[in-house]
Amino acid sequence: MSARIVVAGASMAGLRAAEQLRAAGWTGAITLVGDEPHMPYNRPPLSKEVLAGRAPFESLAFRPRASVSDVEWRLGRKVVAAELDGRTVRLDDGTELTYDGLVVATGMRPRRLNCPGPRAGRHTVRTLDDARALREELIRPGARVVVIGAGFIGCEVAATAVGLGVAEVTVVDPLPLPMAGPLGELLGRALRRRHEERGVRFALGAAVAAFTGEERVTGVELRDGRVLPADVVVESVGSVANTEWLEGNGLDLSDGVLTDAWLRAGGRPDVVAVGDVARFPNARYDGVPRRVEHWCIPADTAKHAARTLVAGAAPAPFAPLPTFWSDQHDFRLQSFGAPVLGRQDVRVLDGDPEADVLVGYHHDGRLVGVVALGGQAVAASAARYRAELLKQPALTLS
Amino acid sequence: MKVVVDMNKCQDHGQCVFAAPDVFSLDDAGHLAYVSDPDDALREEVEEAADVCPLQAIRIEV
Ligand SMILES: Cc1cc2nc3c(=O)[nH]c(=O)nc-3n(C[C@H](O)[C@H](O)[C@H](O)COP(=O)(O)OP(=O)(O)OC[C@H]3O[C@@H](n4cnc5c(N)ncnc54)[C@H](O)[C@@H]3O)c2cc1C
Ligand code: SF4
Repeated sequence: MSARIVVAGASMAGLRAAEQLRAAGWTGAITLVGDEPHMPYNRPPLSKEVLAGRAPFESLAFRPRASVSDVEWRLGRKVVAAELDGRTVRLDDGTELTYDGLVVATGMRPRRLNCPGPRAGRHTVRTLDDARALREELIRPGARVVVIGAGFIGCEVAATAVGLGVAEVTVVDPLPLPMAGPLGELLGRALRRRHEERGVRFALGAAVAAFTGEERVTGVELRDGRVLPADVVVESVGSVANTEWLEGNGLDLSDGVLTDAWLRAGGRPDVVAVGDVARFPNARYDGVPRRVEHWCIPADTAKHAARTLVAGAAPAPFAPLPTFWSDQHDFRLQSFGAPVLGRQDVRVLDGDPEADVLVGYHHDGRLVGVVALGGQAVAASAARYRAELLKQPALTLS
Repeated sequence: MKVVVDMNKCQDHGQCVFAAPDVFSLDDAGHLAYVSDPDDALREEVEEAADVCPLQAIRIEV
């Protein structure tokens, strides 16, 4: 039998892995297994253009490189188990696939709230089908929307809903400011003000106790007793890694798949993890393994992991510069580096938090991340700091 | 090699500029400018740029 690499998960990271395996010189067979019925598509527009009704599906589909025209796609099929010592995975139709190399690219799914109350009327946004279903309910005249979780996806959905003309959009979060976890207080306050000026309401420092309603949700009950009336609820409270199928192989699956600096899982030369699901140490920073749910990570991890599988090792430990953006209302957040590591020392580099602003995050006095908030000009000015961030030697955190 | 950027899609993210600075640039207002017939030697750079464009707005035609 000829050599084969199996890629589990056929979304962005899976596609990029296949392309990079070819670029790294792999000429054997590649089989991608994905449980969604669609070819890989771009997720960021789901909470923005797709929800707003401005992007048809065809505009989301990735255009695979010509080098992967011969790979085998098994779509609508789930990987249900893996036996890494025997180099086999099992699919939900009972098929067993043996492999010479395995790429784990199964990503994340939304975490759900475990509160009492009806399920109907409660949404998440991860897949195209999710976004379509949510859109249908958002455009019903008079819909009142409660978004639970003031992170990136929650804030984007709230902004898009306001843009669609939804009159009542309330975002609930136990933290005192939106997006304060990754970005800190200064931008959290600026973001809150920008959202409020554009019609989003907040219930911050508030936890959800239950959902009201019989068959279908009619409101969100908070722990302090308040009830926010709701026809549509969006849960954006983080995500859970799709790793159940890897259980029983001695891997660390406590939060995604733990890898080494070459993206190998469990020290195995024939198993790598890519994309959102990979928890990797970043040699650019402190070397503490973290998952990074940014759009740039599938491509970065794919390139590195492909070299590990094909050539035995990539030339250097993995050290990507994380890049993130988020479009909300008429403004953009553009981030380079790891602001989360510099939240204790946040300085305005340019502009004014009341208007467009560029913010620097420092650790031990050193710049570790920059974030721009505002229009195109300030986002472009963040990019000028990118070279500086790239030049810096590795951090060692105390 | 021919490069086409769908300017209806492009939102001036500038990721392509990092990947292929010889082909893509942002002007002072932060808007994209690019060379539409770059040398074939730049193919790898341009493919990388097409990969990293968040709007998937860059198309390479042979
Ligand atoms: C709504 C939304 C908006 C976003 N916006 C931004 C943004 O503005 N900026 C930014 O930087 N990032 C953004 N992101 C993050 C970015 O899209 C992700 O980081 C990226 O999609 C991760 O790709 P992935 O391939 O690793 O994971 P996924 O895209 O989650 O792919 C995993 C695939 O594997 C499949 N799968 C799971 N389990 C199995 C199994 N057992 N067998 C077979 N298949 C399986 C899944 O169905 C899925 O298709 C956004 C994400 C979402 C959901
Ligand atoms: S990366 Fe894409 S969206 Fe950004 S400037 Fe280049 S073509 Fe435009």
